[in-house]
Amino acid sequence: MSGTKKETGFSFTIDGVEITAYAGQTIMEAADEAGVYIPRLCDHQGLRHQGSCRVCTVKAGGRSVAACTQPAAPGQAVENETKHLNKMRRDLVEMLFHEGNHLCPICEASGNCELQAMAYRLDMTETTRFPYLEPCRALDASHPDIALDTNRCISCGRCIRASQDVDGKGIFGYVGRGIHRRVAVNGESLAETDAEVSDHAISKDVCPVGCIIRKRVGFVTPIGEREFDNGLIGHEIEEKRK
Amino acid sequence: MAEPRMIEISPVTRVEGHGKVTIHLDEENRVEEARLHIVEFRGFERFIRGRLMWEVPVIVQRLCGICPVSHHLAAAKAMDMIAGVDQLTPTAEKMRRLMHYGQVMQSHVLHFFHLAAPDLLFGFGAPAEKRNIFEVIKEKPELGKRAVLMRKYGQEIIEATAGKKIHGTGAIPGGINRNLTIERRDHFLGSIDMMIEWALDAVKLARDYTQEHEDLVAEFGSFPSNYLSLVRESDGALDLYHGNLRALSSTGDQIFDQIPYTRYHELIVEDVRSWSYMKFPFITELGPEAGWYRVGPLARMNTASFIDTPLANKAHAVLKAETGGVPNNSTLANHWARMIEVLHCVEKIRDLLNDPDLQGTDLIAEGERREEGIGVIEAPRGNLIHHYKVDEHDQVTYCNLIVSTTHNNEGMNRAVKDVAVKHLSGQAQITEGMLNHVEVAIRAYDPCLSCATHALGQMPLQVELFDAEGCMVDSRTQSI
Repeated sequence: MSGTKKETGFSFTIDGVEITAYAGQTIMEAADEAGVYIPRLCDHQGLRHQGSCRVCTVKAGGRSVAACTQPAAPGQAVENETKHLNKMRRDLVEMLFHEGNHLCPICEASGNCELQAMAYRLDMTETTRFPYLEPCRALDASHPDIALDTNRCISCGRCIRASQDVDGKGIFGYVGRGIHRRVAVNGESLAETDAEVSDHAISKDVCPVGCIIRKRVGFVTPIGEREFDNGLIGHEIEEKRK
Repeated sequence: MAEPRMIEISPVTRVEGHGKVTIHLDEENRVEEARLHIVEFRGFERFIRGRLMWEVPVIVQRLCGICPVSHHLAAAKAMDMIAGVDQLTPTAEKMRRLMHYGQVMQSHVLHFFHLAAPDLLFGFGAPAEKRNIFEVIKEKPELGKRAVLMRKYGQEIIEATAGKKIHGTGAIPGGINRNLTIERRDHFLGSIDMMIEWALDAVKLARDYTQEHEDLVAEFGSFPSNYLSLVRESDGALDLYHGNLRALSSTGDQIFDQIPYTRYHELIVEDVRSWSYMKFPFITELGPEAGWYRVGPLARMNTASFIDTPLANKAHAVLKAETGGVPNNSTLANHWARMIEVLHCVEKIRDLLNDPDLQGTDLIAEGERREEGIGVIEAPRGNLIHHYKVDEHDQVTYCNLIVSTTHNNEGMNRAVKDVAVKHLSGQAQITEGMLNHVEVAIRAYDPCLSCATHALGQMPLQVELFDAEGCMVDSRTQSI
């Protein structure tokens, strides 16, 4: 978290709503506190900002910027919920679905998955425009308590940051370049790493999809009691304003 | 003398999945051969390999949109075994049973009222535009209303136990992930008496049809066969969720009895034929010629010693009395048997709703891990076998599924040929109504061809007519 509150704040606006921010806060941090939700996937509370998924892109001063890394500035007029920005976000999310193998009907993360929830929030309901890449990726179930199904990975890097910065382990990292960039483990398989199910990187909140699997949990939480069963993603932030 | 011909009925309608019938006629229009072909291939047994064991009950139920609960529960039972759980908690077992009875009820109601009733009410040769559920609703509005509401009741039971009406997640290895809330229980209890009354009327409707059309039922696609199902372990009663295997001959002689279903592979062999994606199982000790058998509602009425709910048991006794206690071989009697099972399910649902165990909170049991698991259940269409092996990493390495429609493959083919010979042989012109007779015989089994080929989508039927040299000379296709 890069923001440090100061005694005196300043104002800026998001979609015309006046927001109070403090020096060092990002647009997203200030928006969260004020109850204005800006969609995001790679950003996660407690982890350093990365600004790679671009789902949090907003218009500030006429420029497209990542709200999770862009500092809030006094008097700035930020656009968030516009037709154009939401279309761009929907395109990004749609491409994530096309890039991996996301089979929601049989995925144990369904209902808890931020990618799925973001698709619902962004109304990704029309016939898809992009060809499915259908990559062939193996499931690594070698660890006794953890499995890694990179068919569902969206390369958000949250597990990498959690493992490095919180767990102090560095179990996860990127390999490859460009479209071939993937999250990998620092060993031949997960069993050869020092990953433990108690690691923050393995906790249910860090991986936004169903890629990092804590074994034997599966479908223990019934339909109706899953995180996004009763509200759109971001509703807990938006409720602050109600 | 006419040219030899081949008729193709494709697709078969008002059944689930894709299939076609081919009928070969000789120079004098006599039926030489008639076959039901299953023309889709799916490959669930292959692509489930490598997946994690707790995903299996959720993945394999996608075989079917009509009876996913059956696959969900059969797979969950196999995973219980792998998880080392031989005895579920009372709440888990009763919730699963409630889910299953809701499933069998809604599936049977769907088949009888929506798919079969148009044939039974309007006649097998009635105009095609007459043979659908909308005409049933128009002519028999009360019947149509009950069809919709009974199915809805069963579907809501599934939703309350599995989380969704179709493709839920309730059963997990070793148990269940929810109990039944008091609010949902009271909602269901509010209309249970009406459901029992309607189920009794449905039994009467099916029984009256069978008895009033005695000659037709006796000859239409009827032939002796062996019968196989689960029966309750202790006393041979009808048990749709759990039990041991029993097989009887067409005269009621025991072939085997009370054999644990984990030994199914010793008892049954699956034969493969080049013209169908569906296998042909037979009882090992009897061989492929004599060992084929039928499963499903009528098979269960034949194998079960009795039914442990009073109203269904009474109805069962009447059905058994029709044939003096020996197995009933009439294909069309399946409808009657199916409605007796609806009554049984509704009675079971009532009993379960009054059982406080459904509000228990002990949902999951644990045990010592095994590498292999077999789950068998009596699905609406008959016996269903799921068999898996799982490695030390929790990944599936082997899967074998024998579904009800596969068990009935030989029986359906014989029914097709029997009806084709009786109703098409010697006819110079084959009408659509005549072809529907063939479909009626298939429908009596309520086949799910999607499940049987482990196929996706609707199941239209096609009939093809071949000449003596094997060239197709005519075909009729019906869309749904």
